[in-house]
Amino acid sequence: MKRRLAAFVAVLGALAGAAAFWRRRSGAARERADVYFPDGSMVTFAEGTDEAARLFPPARRILAQARS
Amino acid sequence: MDAAKALADLVEISSQIESAVLAGPDGAVLGSTLADASRSEAMAREARELLDAAAGPAGPPSQIEVSFHEGCVFVVTDGERLVVAVTGRDPTAGLVFYDLKTCLRLSGEDERAAAPKAAAGGRRRKKKDEEPEAEGEA
Repeated sequence: MKRRLAAFVAVLGALAGAAAFWRRRSGAARERADVYFPDGSMVTFAEGTDEAARLFPPARRILAQARS
Repeated sequence: MDAAKALADLVEISSQIESAVLAGPDGAVLGSTLADASRSEAMAREARELLDAAAGPAGPPSQIEVSFHEGCVFVVTDGERLVVAVTGRDPTAGLVFYDLKTCLRLSGEDERAAAPKAAAGGRRRKKKDEEPEAEGEA
């Protein structure tokens, strides 16, 4: 009985870990710009927003210059 | 520490940083890990453009991270000079920012050290100039 319970808990833990990993991976995969200000505030602009449309092109050119 | 040494230390310490460029307030490249000067200048110019584009009601930003599927771009500024760096996917952003800020601080130490010396030199010269006058009074 104890062995079954331990196996059940282990399976639950593995599922929770897999779910957290998947959530993290899918969140990290989104293109975004994090802007930090001297007063300590931070704003995130995700792809599809007007701000991202303004910030992404120069950043993409930087990436291209660095890797060309 | 000069810009070249600060950048060399940066890429040695941070394995996540692929390349980095340090630029002055006028956009002039102070140091770069890239061999090509024109690419370094272009990176510095685009980084300045990125900072300008990100300025909001809170004023100009102090640091930016732009994450793409193929890699990330980091820009850190002290208000005058800036350092821009490129990393691979999913870097540890906090560590990269810390390393870039350290690089910016270390590369500015020479200038900061030179400024008080120049000021002190100026004062010393003034004191010397005053000496004959003081002797004359005594």
